[in-house]
Amino acid sequence: MMSVFPSTAAARKASRSKPAAGSAPKSRSQRAAYLFIAPLGIGFAVFYFWPLLQTFYYSFTEFGAFGGNTWVGTDNYVRVLKDVTVWQALGNTLIYCVIGLLALPLAIGVAALLNRRGLRGVSLYRALYFIPFVTLPVAVGLVWNWLYNGDYGLINEVLEWFGADRRYWVSDPSTAVYAIGTVMVWSTTGYYLIIFMAGIKGIPQDYYEAAELDGAGPLRRFFTITLPLLSPTIFFASIICMINSLQTFDLIYIMMAEKNPAIGDTQSVVSLFYKWAFVENAQGAAAALAFLLMLIIAALTLVQFRLQKRWVHYA
Amino acid sequence: MRESSPRRRINAGSVATHAALSLGALVMVFPFLWQLLTAAKSLAETAKVPPTFLPDTWNWSSFEEVFTALPFREMLFNSVFNTVGRTVGQLVFCSLAAYAFARMQFRGRNVLFALFLSVLMVPSSLLVLPQYDIIQRLGLLNSAPALFLPGMFSAFGTFMLRQFFLTLPKELEEAARIDGAGPFRIFWSIMLPLVRPALAALAVITAMWSWNDLLWPLIVNTDPQKMPISAGLTSLEGQFETNYPVMMAGSLIASLPMLIVYVFLQRHFVQSVALSGSKS
Repeated sequence: MMSVFPSTAAARKASRSKPAAGSAPKSRSQRAAYLFIAPLGIGFAVFYFWPLLQTFYYSFTEFGAFGGNTWVGTDNYVRVLKDVTVWQALGNTLIYCVIGLLALPLAIGVAALLNRRGLRGVSLYRALYFIPFVTLPVAVGLVWNWLYNGDYGLINEVLEWFGADRRYWVSDPSTAVYAIGTVMVWSTTGYYLIIFMAGIKGIPQDYYEAAELDGAGPLRRFFTITLPLLSPTIFFASIICMINSLQTFDLIYIMMAEKNPAIGDTQSVVSLFYKWAFVENAQGAAAALAFLLMLIIAALTLVQFRLQKRWVHYA
Repeated sequence: MRESSPRRRINAGSVATHAALSLGALVMVFPFLWQLLTAAKSLAETAKVPPTFLPDTWNWSSFEEVFTALPFREMLFNSVFNTVGRTVGQLVFCSLAAYAFARMQFRGRNVLFALFLSVLMVPSSLLVLPQYDIIQRLGLLNSAPALFLPGMFSAFGTFMLRQFFLTLPKELEEAARIDGAGPFRIFWSIMLPLVRPALAALAVITAMWSWNDLLWPLIVNTDPQKMPISAGLTSLEGQFETNYPVMMAGSLIASLPMLIVYVFLQRHFVQSVALSGSKS
């Protein structure tokens, strides 16, 4: 109806915003728009929206050994909340999240150094720092496993040279989670570096010049100009960082061999999800676990948005 | 004297800056150098204490061993297929939808756009179980399309391209419409070429994610002949537990294609990350 007899309000609105439809028949351009969206819409419906509903249904069922699922009510959620391994995985995941955030100050520091006026080789440095982020995480995990190796690893050699004891970094439950976290920081610093460099570029140069005339040194300029004006970017980066590290999987999967005694001390929520869903055939509980993860991500994001008023300055 | 002292201070400062930055760069790059050096050593040499830095003799047999132990050639090919499939799919589907959302008027536009964007918020673990079921029901487990099918549709790509389409001037479309061009003509031959930088940025970042993806291929393609290289490397680890020359050779081969793409298209990588960062 609307498209044939546009109401006066709609017509007024349309003439105000000078629609792209212009003089062409409206129904024709509308049909074209739906055709443009249809391929993506169908893909989303099949591979995103429907699966989301399906997972929600799965979380209330149990998979039979011969296919088919039976309704079990909230049993899966109860199992998830009562399971000690879930809480351990949750703790590990939060540790990854906190360690992962260390990439931010590192990246800000490097970005500030690269912002030095007249510095040569900026794009070379940026290119080198970004390499770990581009590299296949599985390959990264293997290389670091070798560096961490307890018997012949280079890290132990270097530490021994400084007089420290050698350690089995990735199979010692007291160090494994930090060893993996370190690799996370190493491989993501370059990514945040580029985000922060773009953010710093947006800060007007006049501010620095004015501060310099007032006699502010580089450190003071960093803390009174760069950091506050960068805070919206830092806020955005910390949200990305948190969401990503809450879903850590690849590095843990490759760095922790099946028989590694530290598996329980390193496995993330997604690692546990993968194990339940595709190794132990506990799809129902896995689905419930996935919803728990989503709740945690949503809650932490909300907290971040709440806290932003205290430290983010929008110019 | 009065003039030279601040200059000397500036020089000292810039030397210190370069020293700090170089140290950082070394930390970023050294693991890859060690990977290459280890791959060129014999197994016996990697068990030496203290370790040698350069190999006693440069020995490339580990690279051959990787290809005989696993169908590495097929795995590389699968990775290429996966990467191309997802990238082309996203460029086509996302640019079409992004154009409609940015430049066309239709009922339900804002609601649909919000719905599409909500896909961004959903962690993949909430989707993979039913996605697996769908692929299985389609009879596509252990096939090339299984690898790239869900990954061809992206909310991120749609959002990014839409932001670009929004910046284009209206006059171009209007002129074309007066000349009698249809919506698809306008999209394809006038608007799409104008967002080429955004398309390039989306292409490289999608290619990188596709090449590096692990969880999804691990689930759908368990046959070594059908695995991409990311999943293939994990089985190399299972086979060669402590044979580090072979594992370093394998991981080097597996990461090299993306690194080469990076070297040549660095500008687009940087732009795609900077774009994703500025969307806040």
